[in-house]
Amino acid sequence: MRSAAKDYETVIGLEVHAQLLTRSKMFCGCPTTFGAAPNSQTCPICQGMPGTLPVINRRAIEFGVRTALAFHCTINPGCRFARKHYYYPDMPKNFQISQYEEPLAEHGWLEVTVDGQERRVGIQRLHLEEDVGKLIHDGPLETARSSLVDFNRSGVPLMETVSEPDIRSPEEAAAYLRAFRAILLYLGVCDGNMEERSLRCDANISLRERGETGFGTKVEIKNMNSFRNVQRALEFEVGRQTEALARGERLVQETRLWDADRGYTRSMRSKEFAHDYRYFPEPDLVPLTMDRARVEEIRAGLPELPADRRQRFMRAYTLPAYDALLLTQSRALADYYEAAVREFARPKIVSNWIMSELLREIPADDEKALAASPVPAKNLAGLLQLIDRGTISGKIAKDVFEKMFRSGEDADTIVTREGLIQVADTGALAAIIEQILAANPKAVLDWKRGKKAAAGALVGHVMKATQGKANPGVVNSLLQEKLSQL
Amino acid sequence: MRGGAGLSVSNPLTESTAHELVEKFRSGAATPSAATRAYLDRITALDPTVRAYITVTRERALAAASAADERWRTGRPKGPIDGVPTAVKDVLCTKGVRTTCGSKILERFVPPYDATVIERLEAAGAVILGKTNMDEFAMGSSTEHSAFFATRNPWDLSRVPGGSSGGSAAAVGADLAAAAIGSDTGGSIRQPGAFTGTVGLKPTYGRVSRYGLVAFASSLDQVGPLTKDVADAALVLRVIAGHDPLDSTSADVPVPDYAAELSRPIAGLRIGVPKEYFVEGMDPEVERAVREAIEVLQRLGATAEPLSLPTTDFALAAYYLIAPAEASSNLARYDGVKYGSRVASAKDLIDMYSKTRAQGFGAEVKRRIMLGTYALSAGYHEAYYAKAQKVRTLVRRDFEAAFSRVDVIVAPTTPNVPFKLGEKEDPLAMYLNDIFTIPVNLAGLPGLSVRCGFSLASLPIGLQFIGRPFDEATLLRAASAYEQATPWRDRRPSLG
Repeated sequence: MRSAAKDYETVIGLEVHAQLLTRSKMFCGCPTTFGAAPNSQTCPICQGMPGTLPVINRRAIEFGVRTALAFHCTINPGCRFARKHYYYPDMPKNFQISQYEEPLAEHGWLEVTVDGQERRVGIQRLHLEEDVGKLIHDGPLETARSSLVDFNRSGVPLMETVSEPDIRSPEEAAAYLRAFRAILLYLGVCDGNMEERSLRCDANISLRERGETGFGTKVEIKNMNSFRNVQRALEFEVGRQTEALARGERLVQETRLWDADRGYTRSMRSKEFAHDYRYFPEPDLVPLTMDRARVEEIRAGLPELPADRRQRFMRAYTLPAYDALLLTQSRALADYYEAAVREFARPKIVSNWIMSELLREIPADDEKALAASPVPAKNLAGLLQLIDRGTISGKIAKDVFEKMFRSGEDADTIVTREGLIQVADTGALAAIIEQILAANPKAVLDWKRGKKAAAGALVGHVMKATQGKANPGVVNSLLQEKLSQL
Repeated sequence: MRGGAGLSVSNPLTESTAHELVEKFRSGAATPSAATRAYLDRITALDPTVRAYITVTRERALAAASAADERWRTGRPKGPIDGVPTAVKDVLCTKGVRTTCGSKILERFVPPYDATVIERLEAAGAVILGKTNMDEFAMGSSTEHSAFFATRNPWDLSRVPGGSSGGSAAAVGADLAAAAIGSDTGGSIRQPGAFTGTVGLKPTYGRVSRYGLVAFASSLDQVGPLTKDVADAALVLRVIAGHDPLDSTSADVPVPDYAAELSRPIAGLRIGVPKEYFVEGMDPEVERAVREAIEVLQRLGATAEPLSLPTTDFALAAYYLIAPAEASSNLARYDGVKYGSRVASAKDLIDMYSKTRAQGFGAEVKRRIMLGTYALSAGYHEAYYAKAQKVRTLVRRDFEAAFSRVDVIVAPTTPNVPFKLGEKEDPLAMYLNDIFTIPVNLAGLPGLSVRCGFSLASLPIGLQFIGRPFDEATLLRAASAYEQATPWRDRRPSLG
C-alpha cells in the first residue's frame, strides 16, 4: 500500500545582480549609459586588451558599502577581488573580476512582508564584480551564421547579493525582491530596471519533507526577467519537483532556464558539466582595506529606508499598515505622498486617492513614471482641496483626476473651463427638486410610508438632472425639508 | 675590421653609452639624428646576423630624432636621455606599432594605446628604434622560444643571448641600441644581461608601471632597463620609474635621482653572500669570477659576510606553480574572438577556441598554460597554488631576515655561461638556468646583473646584486663602484 502524499517544504535562496548607478565602469573610466551605439563606450581596459590593468572604482565600493549597511551586513575590514574563469565570447578576458573568499560584506538580513506577516530573510554575502558584454546573433543562436559582441556593458559595476536559503514560498521570493529593489532605489544605487537587466535574479530551489533540517537537491533557475516571472518560475518548479518526488524520482542538481512564453523550466546543464572557475586572488589589484571611520560616515549618511518610513507613516499620519506598506514601496511614491500631504493635510484621504486613482495609472514601483506623473503631488492636493471646499463633488473629482492625468492640467483649470463647479445655490436647487418630486410621485409615496431609502433615489434624480454638479449635502437637506413639508 | 659580418659599421656613436651620447648631444659633437642613423645603419648591416629585432620602426625613429635634434639645438632637451636610440622588448604595447610578444597569436596585433613605460620614455625624448625579439610571452631563458626566430649571442653567434629579453640584451650587447627595455618575471632581464655582458636591472615589484606590459605572471612581472653600463641603467630607471594611477600595484614611493647616487663611495657597505647560491654543478669559472668580484668590493671598503637563504631550494618549484597559474589566466584572452589570429575553419565556438589556441601558441606556452590550469583546478588548488604561495612567503621572510644584517646581497646571476642554441631541449634543464634569479621575483626585490669577467672561451659572466625593496639606489651604487674598479667594461664583442 502506498503512503499518503508527503508534505514538502519549499526552500529558496536568491542571487540578485544589480548594476550600480556609477557614472563610470568598475575598473576603467568608460561611461555606463544604457543604450549607446555598440562598442562606443569602451576602451582597451574593458575590451580586455593585452597589457591593460584594472583600477577599482571607489564610488562602486561606496555604493556596495551603502547597500550592505542597509541590509544590516557586517562590512569586512578587508576585501579582495578574485578572478573567476570561464570561456565565453561576451567576456573579453575570459575571466571575470569578482570577489570570492573575501567579499565586501556578509551576514545581513532583509525584512519581508507576506500577507501582513513580517519575516527576516538572511543575507549571506554581498560582493562586487564586473559585468560582461552582450552578444548579438545573426538569427537564432543555433543557426546564426555570425555573432557580434557589444562591449558597452563589459565592465559595468555589478553588485551580487546572495540570500540565505530562508525563503519558503515563491510568493515570499517575490516579496523579497520587491523589498530588495525598494531599498536599492531608496539608496539610489541602482535603477532597478529588470527589463534593461540592471536588476537580475537567479534562484536556487529545493524541497524537503517538512520537519527535515537538511537540504534537498537544489536546482538553479536562470532567465527570469521580472518579479512575476520569478514567482511563476518558482511555482512551476515547486510543482515539478513535488511531482517528481511523489513519483519516487531522484532530482538532479542542475541549472534550468525559465521559458516565460511556454511557462516552464528546462535543463541547461547538470552538475557534471559545472564550471571549475579556478578562482584565485586578482594579482593586478591590491587588497582593499575598509576605513572604519568612512564606513561609519556612510552609515550616518544613509537615507530613511522603506521599513523605517513605513513605521513613520503609521505613526505620523496614523495610516493603516496596509496603506503604509503600499505607499513606501518606492521612494518616489512615498515622496509623492508626503508632498501631497504637505499641501493637503488629511493623510488618509490623500492615501485613498493615491491608492485608488494614481496607482491605477502608474505602477507603485515605477520610480521614473511617478516622478514624472502628469498629476504632480501639488495638483492632486489642489483637487482634494476643491472637494474639501465643496467646489466639486467627489464623484466629479474622479473624472477631473482622469482629465488631469491625460492633459497635465491642474484641477482649477479643468473645473472652471468645463463648468463643473457644484451647484449649491438653494434657490436653483429648490426649483429642480420641486420638478423631481412632481415627476416621481411613487417614490414620494414610498418615503411617506416610511421607506426612507426612497430619498436616495430622489437625490440620484436630482444629481442626474444637474449632471452631477449639485452639492449632494445641500440636495439632501433641501429634499428632506421639502418631503417633510408635503 | 674586426671580422664577424664582414661589414665594418663600427662607429663612435654606436659604441658610446647613452650618457656619453647625451654628452655629445649637449656639446654639439653629435645629434640624435646622426646617432639614430648610425644605429639604423648598424641594424641593417648586423641584425640579419644577430636577429635582435622583430620590428624596426625606422621612420618613427628618424622623426623622433629630428625633433630631439631641435630640442638640443635650442638648448631645451627634455631630460638626460633625450635623443637616445632605445630598443623595446616586444612585450610592451606601442600605439600603432604591432606588438607580438614573440607569439604567432599576436603576430598582427596593433595596440591602440601606449604602455606607460613607452609614454614615459617618449616624454623624456627617447628615440624608439624598434621592438625586440623574446621568448613567446616571455616564457623562456634563451629567446629560442620566439615564434619567429632565435636571437644570437653577440659574443658567440652559436650561443643564445639568454631570455626572455634576449632581443633587448643582444641589441645592447651588439651595439644595435644605446639602451633597451626588457621585462623580468623570473630573471628575464638579469639572465640575458649576464649572457650578453650588459647591465640588466629588475626593479622592485611596483617600482615601474606594468600598464601596457603584456602580462605573463602579474604578481612577478617587472619592467626594467638593459644598458651598456650602470650609469645608463640609473638614467633609464629614473625615467620609467614611479607611481602610475593606471597600475594599482605600482607603488607611490619617491624616485631618487639615481645618477646622483652613483658617485657615493661604498665603504662600510655590508654585503651578504648566500651559500645557497654557490651550488654543486655550477660552472667553476662563474663561481671564481663572482668570488673575485666580492674581493674587489671588499677592497673598495665593503664588508662581506656569509649568510643563508634556506628556502632557496624551494623557490623554483613555487615559481613554476605561481607563474604558470597566473599565466594560464592572463593568456585566456587569446581566443580568436577580438584580436590577433583566428583560425578560419572552425565548426563552432569551442572548435574556434581550441584550434586558434592550438595553432597560435608554441609548445612552451602550452606547457605552462596546462601546468597553471592544473595548479588552479578544484581539488589541486590547495596542494599546488596555495602551497606555493606559502613557500613564497617563506622566501620573502628569508630575504627580510638577511636584510636586517646586510645592505645588499651578492651572488652569481646564472649558474652557467651562455649555452649553445638547441643545447637545452629538456624544459627542466632550461628552468634550472633561473635558480638564482627566481627567488628575487618571488620576494619582489630589486636585482641587478653586471658584467664581472669572462670565461676562457670569452663568454661574459654576470654578477648579481639583490637589494631591499625600493633600494635600487644601493644596487646601482655598488654595481657602479665595482664597474669602475674593474676593466671588464672595455671589452666588446667582435661583430663588425
